[in-house]
Amino acid sequence: MSKSLTETQTATVTGAIGDSPLRPDGTLKVKGEFAYSSDLWHEDMLWGATLRSPHPHARIRGIDIGPALATPGVYAVLTHEDVPDNVFGLEHADQPVLAETVVRYQGEPVAIVAADHPETARRAADRVRVEYEVLEPVTDAEAAMRPDAPVLHPTHPGGNVVRHVPIRRGDPEPVADVVVRGEYTVGMQDQAFLGPESGMAVPAEDGGLDLYVATQWLHADQRQVAHALRLPAEKVRLHLAGVGGAFGAREDLSMQIHASLLALRTGKPVKISYGREESFFGHVHRHPAVLRYEHGATRAGDLVYVRAEIVLDGGAYASTTSAVTGNAATLGAGPYQVPNVSIDCYGVYTNNPPCGAMRGFGAVQACFAYESQLDKLAEALGMHPVDVRIRNAVTEGAAIATGQLVDSEAPVAELLTLVRERPLPPEPTGPRDLRELPGGVSNTTHGEGVVRGVGYAVGIKNVGFSEGFDDYSTARVRLEVIGGEPVAMVHTAAAEVGQGLVTLQAQIARTELGVQRVVIQPSDTTVGSAGSSSASRQSYVTGGAVKAACEQVRAGVLELAAARGFAAAGLAGGKIVSAGEEVLADLVDVLAAESVERTVEWRHRPTRPVDPLTGQGFAHVQYAFAAHRAVVDVDVELGLVRVVELACAQDVGKAINPDAVLGQIQGGSAQGLGLAVMEEIQVVDGVVRNPSFTDYLIPTVLDMPPMPIDVLERADPHAPYGLRGVGEPPTLSSTPAIVAAIRAATGIALTRVPVRPEHIVEVSPKPLA
Amino acid sequence: MRVNVEVNGEAMIADDVWPGESLLYVLRERLGLPGSKNACEQGECGSCTVYLDGTPVCACLVAAGQAEGRSVRTVEGLSTGDELDPVQEAFVRTGAVQCGFCTPGLVVAAHELVHRRPDASDAEIREALAGNLCRCTGYEKILDAVRLAASQVGERA
Repeated sequence: MSKSLTETQTATVTGAIGDSPLRPDGTLKVKGEFAYSSDLWHEDMLWGATLRSPHPHARIRGIDIGPALATPGVYAVLTHEDVPDNVFGLEHADQPVLAETVVRYQGEPVAIVAADHPETARRAADRVRVEYEVLEPVTDAEAAMRPDAPVLHPTHPGGNVVRHVPIRRGDPEPVADVVVRGEYTVGMQDQAFLGPESGMAVPAEDGGLDLYVATQWLHADQRQVAHALRLPAEKVRLHLAGVGGAFGAREDLSMQIHASLLALRTGKPVKISYGREESFFGHVHRHPAVLRYEHGATRAGDLVYVRAEIVLDGGAYASTTSAVTGNAATLGAGPYQVPNVSIDCYGVYTNNPPCGAMRGFGAVQACFAYESQLDKLAEALGMHPVDVRIRNAVTEGAAIATGQLVDSEAPVAELLTLVRERPLPPEPTGPRDLRELPGGVSNTTHGEGVVRGVGYAVGIKNVGFSEGFDDYSTARVRLEVIGGEPVAMVHTAAAEVGQGLVTLQAQIARTELGVQRVVIQPSDTTVGSAGSSSASRQSYVTGGAVKAACEQVRAGVLELAAARGFAAAGLAGGKIVSAGEEVLADLVDVLAAESVERTVEWRHRPTRPVDPLTGQGFAHVQYAFAAHRAVVDVDVELGLVRVVELACAQDVGKAINPDAVLGQIQGGSAQGLGLAVMEEIQVVDGVVRNPSFTDYLIPTVLDMPPMPIDVLERADPHAPYGLRGVGEPPTLSSTPAIVAAIRAATGIALTRVPVRPEHIVEVSPKPLA
Repeated sequence: MRVNVEVNGEAMIADDVWPGESLLYVLRERLGLPGSKNACEQGECGSCTVYLDGTPVCACLVAAGQAEGRSVRTVEGLSTGDELDPVQEAFVRTGAVQCGFCTPGLVVAAHELVHRRPDASDAEIREALAGNLCRCTGYEKILDAVRLAASQVGERA
């Protein structure tokens, strides 16, 4: 009997790598049915609230919880005395869970309350009496480095310097024909994810708990929570709740230990959900920076040297300041070939809000400075800003400032050429729609006083964890028959934060196993660590782990097939196929009632620490590059800026999901626009002045221009499928390109982001009469 | 206090409401409708946008008592069973959803726009959605979604 068509042909698997299948969580999200961490609910649950210090620096003389505890509806009020091991921290354990003798920043948690209504909990927290002896805050990072500055962490060696990274390469006394110098400042940017910090701790009968939380790295949270509670890790079971954006702000703990303490104390589930104002105090921010640069070049435009001093304000606790300092230093000369480099980068403790991870992670601050310098150099040389960049651009085989050779394609010059050659948006003619003008419907101009400018920038970002960190991810993949169909179950602890990792994992499983149906299981700590959803690393590292696990599952299935007498060579379209792609058997029949499951811990090739004196070494596993061209209109009378177009070109190695790649580039570019012209946490004497979306402005749809994009796919032979991390590079170059465009429009030597109206227009020191 | 409100066509009662509670809190915590999101509590981000008697409002700025006897339609009330509203469908199809926290509010705001002005220009779409913040997408794919939804609603009209 001849076989039917369906048995002899492989079915077409859609949604493999290179396709753009729809997000598996998209339907739930548009219906309002996706369960974010703030949507969690439990019978009999309590609400937690946090009392925070109003002072950036103070000694605690006493805490009286009596009035708070006496409030009807309150179940528990806890202070540092109730924390089994009162310390946590992502890289350095230097932060108390609840302040003990001293508070080091405004907003530092001092006491926590559980009550039956969130407002009751908040009001009770306000009734905790804390006696403070207010101390002078250390608010200037450079002053904090001086020997006479008050030492904020007496047990930390090196005074207030969290980390100093020197980079020394080539001639220490180089001489150049043309020298340009500049001092640049980057303000404190907030990640401003839409879904504030939240989660729920549910006490368990074994004395441990289940913690449902929006985070970027379940296992790092588990380690820190278990340590503070003095519980074995297996009794602190973490589950990823729906994450409303992250951008670095969920790398450090917020409410995790607090909710756990309250749940264990009360024996009831405890939910903590921050409002927007508290969120500004609940997570770290992008490091503000002062960057002094000197570039020397030959008359022909070849870079001879870079000298730089970079000071990053890490705020009150270390968070990831060490790694951010390493990034700013090692990437501090940009994607350029410079024979002589001398960079000193410092991450510093102050009494300002703690700073840590935000998309771009140290590379953003450096990129604004070195790209501003390249523009200055181009002007000094009389060259086009793109030409001077292309002339010095790093290429495959060339070294960056650390001496590390770039060992895969580095199409920096090509990316710059792509954005340069893209047709410019048409020059405005005739009467203009207000909505297209700076100031918009505020009706501040009809075009008079408005000038246009064009600017360019390019950046370099490392992908993955660097400097010798053991960077790995774990994936468990099972292939079995469910309902007559082969189904791949993929289980990792990786955090889906909106970037689309759940889509991508399924694409990889379809590609490797030749099956249509893939189930991505909820992320939790019953499988090994996936590392953080940060550093543009999850496609590479968790993608690599899923791919490796699938390959082992495939090998297991082929063994099964071989045991049944098939000369099987691969899986495709739900079938077992021969080396010649001939269908040998249905996967369903070969698997029958069996399942094949493999768990793989997958690592990228190791990086190494840089030399502590010279900063030289194989610090980063992969580099990724993006370039932008910005076109802006500036109202020079009011100092208002409107970005007209923001074009980007980026090399992604391999676009696993082309639509998701575009979404990352657009979103990253938008955050760079925010830093260029809008976003800054304003801190005065250690006090945050604008902790709300009324006063901290992020781009709206009216602020964002069209963003045409060129995507290059130049495979990195070291990476799974050749892919490169995508999320961060567009956040780097977007900011300096926009500022360059404003400079081109106005002729003003802007040195600070965000650019404010008063940087463009001279403001009268007194109000006009 | 007790609040009587019609939500998504269904008469609902919330008891023990504290007078300071917002409509958003009552929807999310008392009526089991957490689809509307709380992201700023100041009417700046639009994540809690719902229809109140047919007009889109920020539910965080409406005191629960103000909704007494009125009709509310939330993101949960746009789809019919498994069938998505064309606006919801367009957000899924165009990749306008990343983390999705802004999505419920944007879907309601876009739903109102495309029914009021199915032929809206890009400038009009941008103006209409200027009260809804998104941090993930840079808005490009949200504009794609609204254009797609508007064309479909326009065809039906």
